[in-house]
Amino acid sequence: MTGATPTPARTPDADAGAVYQLTVNGTPLTVEGSRPTDSLLHVLRDRLGLPGAKNACEQGECGSCSVLVDGMLVCACLELAEAAVGCEITTVEGLTPVGAEPGDAALTGAVLTDVQQAMIEAGGVQCGFCTPGFIVAIQDLLGRVPEPGPLEVREALAGNLCRCTGYGRILAAIERVVAVRGNGR
Amino acid sequence: MTPVRASTGVEAPSARGGAASVAGIGDSPVRPDGTPKVQGGFAFASDLEADGMLWGRTLRSPHAHARLRSVEIGRAFAIPGVSCVLTADDVPGTATYGLISPDQPVFARDVVRYMGEPVAAVAADHPDTARRALAAIAVDYEPLDPLVDPTRAASVETPPIHPDGNVIRHIRIDHGDPAATGDVVVEGVYEVGMQDQAFLGPESGLAIPDGDGGVDLWVATQSLHEDRDQLAACLGLPHEQVRLHLGGVGGAFGGREDLSIHVHACLLALRTGRPVKMSYLRDESFVGHVHRHPARMRYRHHATTAGDLVKIEAQVLLDGGAYASSSWAVVSNAARFACGPYRVPNALVDATVVRTNNPPCGAMRGFGAVQVCFGHESQMDKLATRLGMDPVELRVRNALETGDVLPTGQRLTGAVPVAECIRAAVEHPLPTTSSDGWLERPGGAGRTAEASRVRRGVGVAAGFKNLMYSEGAEDDSEARVRLSEGVASITCAVAEVGQGFVTIASQIARTVLGCDAVVEPAGTVGIGSAGSSSASRQTWMSGGAVLRAAREVAVQVRSALAERLGVAPGSLTLTDDGRIVAAAAGEAAGGGRALDMTVAEAAGDGIFEATAVQRHRRTYQLDERGQGDADVSFVFAAHRAVVDVDTDLGLVRVVQVTTGQDVGRMLHPTQVIGQIEGGIAQGVGLAVMEEIVVEDGVVRNPSFTDYLIPTVADTPEVLATCIEQPEPEAPFGAKGAGEPPTISSTAAVAAAIRAATGVDVTRVPVRPWDLI
Repeated sequence: MTGATPTPARTPDADAGAVYQLTVNGTPLTVEGSRPTDSLLHVLRDRLGLPGAKNACEQGECGSCSVLVDGMLVCACLELAEAAVGCEITTVEGLTPVGAEPGDAALTGAVLTDVQQAMIEAGGVQCGFCTPGFIVAIQDLLGRVPEPGPLEVREALAGNLCRCTGYGRILAAIERVVAVRGNGR
Repeated sequence: MTPVRASTGVEAPSARGGAASVAGIGDSPVRPDGTPKVQGGFAFASDLEADGMLWGRTLRSPHAHARLRSVEIGRAFAIPGVSCVLTADDVPGTATYGLISPDQPVFARDVVRYMGEPVAAVAADHPDTARRALAAIAVDYEPLDPLVDPTRAASVETPPIHPDGNVIRHIRIDHGDPAATGDVVVEGVYEVGMQDQAFLGPESGLAIPDGDGGVDLWVATQSLHEDRDQLAACLGLPHEQVRLHLGGVGGAFGGREDLSIHVHACLLALRTGRPVKMSYLRDESFVGHVHRHPARMRYRHHATTAGDLVKIEAQVLLDGGAYASSSWAVVSNAARFACGPYRVPNALVDATVVRTNNPPCGAMRGFGAVQVCFGHESQMDKLATRLGMDPVELRVRNALETGDVLPTGQRLTGAVPVAECIRAAVEHPLPTTSSDGWLERPGGAGRTAEASRVRRGVGVAAGFKNLMYSEGAEDDSEARVRLSEGVASITCAVAEVGQGFVTIASQIARTVLGCDAVVEPAGTVGIGSAGSSSASRQTWMSGGAVLRAAREVAVQVRSALAERLGVAPGSLTLTDDGRIVAAAAGEAAGGGRALDMTVAEAAGDGIFEATAVQRHRRTYQLDERGQGDADVSFVFAAHRAVVDVDTDLGLVRVVQVTTGQDVGRMLHPTQVIGQIEGGIAQGVGLAVMEEIVVEDGVVRNPSFTDYLIPTVADTPEVLATCIEQPEPEAPFGAKGAGEPPTISSTAAVAAAIRAATGVDVTRVPVRPWDLI
């Protein structure tokens, strides 16, 4: 790009909020120039360089932006970023296999969790836009309920929309994970 | 300059991705883009960014029809952080665009014809600044009466709302004896509502000016070259100055065949000299792409008392909305497939698509075949009832076979397993009676259904449509395969929208060359068009192009090996699994040992490359009597649905959908099942919940709060049988698998609801108040 003016896009403007820190995937990150009205989703995606949480509806209906805030599954689009100061935020980028610590540089991004692996192998991923949200929600469900019944799974994931798969292969992925984890116990 | 996250995620298989592309045809290797997609690192178009980037947004008309008296942009410009505001005066090239005819303005001038029509665009330093800038643009509209009734639009007495007129296309198919009558006649009038593709990844792209007057655009689309051609015309630039690159695509289903952010983002980028990103919010997405055409259909079926179809009369009226998009082709599909997958000796089909001030309609999965399937299958059930015949038996009795002639006069060649599809669909076991669980009753967690008031019903439907483009349209695909250092790299401009072409292409190269394969990022530079990822055509067309190129590479390698060995190329045989073997052991093949190695091994240090184009047989536009060999090939499916209906509240739970689907041959069984399950979910959605509600041209439910798509709690159990009868002209015999699941699943659910309630369901989606 030779003709562009190399002006930073993230210039703080007049009504910018205070500088604050968010703890994301175990790492404290400084947010500058954010507006008080910025959603956690916007800050994660557009200010902290973590695009894993997706922007499909920004109304809390589709679950594509599912993240964990202090261990609770939420839609990042409905949370104000500044309200998450002091909380532990976990995004799909911070998921690590059992036994690894979040933020473990040797593992983060290099190894898939059993849920991630099963989603790929079972065919639960097509376009992939809903996938990060599903993975966070499935990890959350199986963390709370190791062997959920079929209706329990459907109820727990009814807040995550997928338009490609019809959910069949996603459910198959969950079955795989439950079976393998069950055998390991 | 490239965006920070411009990776398509289509990477070489690595330790973390597993054996992405080492399996060949018929296996189910994992997607090569699976790992970045599950980790959140896959670069969707809405994830892209670049240094110095601005945010673009579009100002859209709140009126369905209005005179545009003035657009005052001064106050928007005055807002700090706003870099650019554009209107119709700022379009340097052609002012309009369109897939088939360029009738849609980049920005409205003088008149707006639908709610959501773009009027202006802004670029600013923050999405909120851009939003405030839109609010500061003063537009003086003089509202006009919207033309929203398609029947009125079709009348010659109604003044046209566009210089191109209100009738976009009228087709009449006149087949056999128009005076023929049957012993038994059944009639019906049917309606289909407006469905949305509802892909999850919003329309998005990043335009980066090159400083020399050209522009690069990363965009979520179904067809890079078709976009490029339309975009370049509007920008007034030669093709080589408009370079498109595929941004990661979050689903499509037809909704990305038309331009969306393209011209606006590129104009803003060229004007400001800075990268501009645009990404629609969901409410804008609902008016920012075309929808499935609403349809009104009138049918009359004639049959003998024995149950043989004698004649079908069908009138189909599609609401095309304000601009033509692909309506010209959609109405042709509606006409060609109006009679269903049955032998019909006499037919009169009259199909029209009109322009109204409703939202523009165009491509959606099934493309015209879905609407008429609800019509013809409702009629087949009505006929079965009248004849006292089993509806499955009636369908099988009339099922098309190879050699039969369609109402267009086209004789069917190739695989036509209609009866097999129907039988397979109904052979699956029925679900057991529902348990007592609330979640398993209609209304689900709402706990509204009294168990004694729930009725179960079963329905069956069959449908078909074309593969590839029809009526003489050209949709060749070009691919390049390069074999170097034991890896094949594939270049093809296919839009990977989620369907898994990247997996299939890798499998094909692996099968032919016996090595790992990588699919390079898709773009318009240095490769010809692959056509659109639509019409269930990429497996055949671009899969075919990859196959041809790979085979050519294999032949090159064989020749080089033969030269090295000093033997005739003909003495070395290329096998179906990517190996080169000596025809017979002997001294020519070296030391008396039979030669047997993969093509990639035989290539050694050499670099081999071939580019190939896949074409299909010529097709012809329908003549004035609707006759002509319009199609390349056809694909068939049948569905059986089981529903539970709460007869107090009219709520429906779809319990199970089973299917028999004509697939030709499965190249990747897991991906085929994924297409079937996903397509059925969309068909179920159209049957019981999905409708864009339009009142006086105004969309009332542009959100996932109000436009409902099936969740995992709404989606039925799916049992599928794939009918594998290889298609003679198709690469590997494989037919596209994407659209058939949506064609007759809706009609099957509607039939099941009729069976459960006794209500004559004549409209989908079925609403609670239709049933009580």
